Amino acid sequence: MGAHAQPSGTGWIWKIFWLLLAITAVEVVLGIVKPEFMLVQLAGTSLLNLVFIGLTLVKAAYIVMYFMHLKYEETFLQWTIYLPVLILIPYLTFILIVEGAQIYAA
Amino acid sequence: MRAEYGKLMMWFFLISDALTFSGFLTAYGLMRFKFESSWPIAENVFTHFPGIEGDQPLLYVALMTFILIMSSVTMVLAVNAGHEKKQGAVAWWMLATIVGGAIFLGSQAWEWYHFIQGDKGGIELADTRVVKVADADGKVLSFSQIIHGDAGHASNHGEEFAQSDVFAAFKAHPEWKLVEPGKGGAVYEHAEAMSLLERGASTVQGANMYRNEYGNKLFANFFFFITGFHGFHVFSGVVFNFILFYNVLLGTYERRGTYGMVEKIGLYWHFVDLVWVFVFTFFYLV
Repeated sequence: MGAHAQPSGTGWIWKIFWLLLAITAVEVVLGIVKPEFMLVQLAGTSLLNLVFIGLTLVKAAYIVMYFMHLKYEETFLQWTIYLPVLILIPYLTFILIVEGAQIYAA
Repeated sequence: MRAEYGKLMMWFFLISDALTFSGFLTAYGLMRFKFESSWPIAENVFTHFPGIEGDQPLLYVALMTFILIMSSVTMVLAVNAGHEKKQGAVAWWMLATIVGGAIFLGSQAWEWYHFIQGDKGGIELADTRVVKVADADGKVLSFSQIIHGDAGHASNHGEEFAQSDVFAAFKAHPEWKLVEPGKGGAVYEHAEAMSLLERGASTVQGANMYRNEYGNKLFANFFFFITGFHGFHVFSGVVFNFILFYNVLLGTYERRGTYGMVEKIGLYWHFVDLVWVFVFTFFYLV
């Protein structure tokens, strides 16, 4: 437990910035080009969409951990914030996907 | 727990807000997959970029994303300068953040304007489904191209077209067909399309809460509601940032001995950026 030391200076901020920018650029290029091999169906959607969602979650993690500073907060506080979101949102998504499949089939 | 009260409460607010937005976006997903054949594909809807003629999918919204990430960066720099108690630096970075937020809001207004004004125009059938006119290759034609031929633009640019002219031009081109805008949408060859038009149909240009030229009505409703709700968050954030900026100039936090307030509002501002990352993915990419 205990607050973790955060990096000093501003170099780390720009590093995260370039990373977020690079991920966004990759998403936009993929969105425009739509490579043929990524359009295969997978888990009810296309591989491309899964890649988009994966990249989005990576971006979100970097924003929350570094920009919102959560990585350097108390461990207890970190879990107080992570748990409700990480349990409830996937749960809601799961319910709506299952229910949605039912509605769609009907 | 050794966490400051105000910061903790801001986090709890952000958790509840995250759940609200996840409710909106999952509801969007549910409706989209239910009405997939009539649901517009985002890259056919948001095609404008200032100063460039023709279809430019994703570019404009990528620019908006860049602006918001950039203003998130200037906010981190402001918080960072606050930790080092550099009043001048905090003020400058706050100002940069406010400018970034204002540019984003302006961009969103521009996007809404073009969405409301309309792009290629659509035809609403008697059963309320919206279809587009396509040429022999299945390429969707704008009303401008239908009426003016080769001299027409890929977008109507706000020009109003009479319904009778559009229908007459369609009738005169037996190679044209009507297509539903969504994935796996129906395609009606000319003869069938003509019988659909005769059963009662009307042209639609632009979008509002009741009907839109892009396809399923719900699409426009969700667009206005989700990007509007997010835009309202950005607007509130700009107001908070301005109050913060003003107090930094007055030296309020210098006297208080801590720039903790910059950190708390900073959390809110990053959250707004975080939500946009998801809106960008689920509205424009997927």
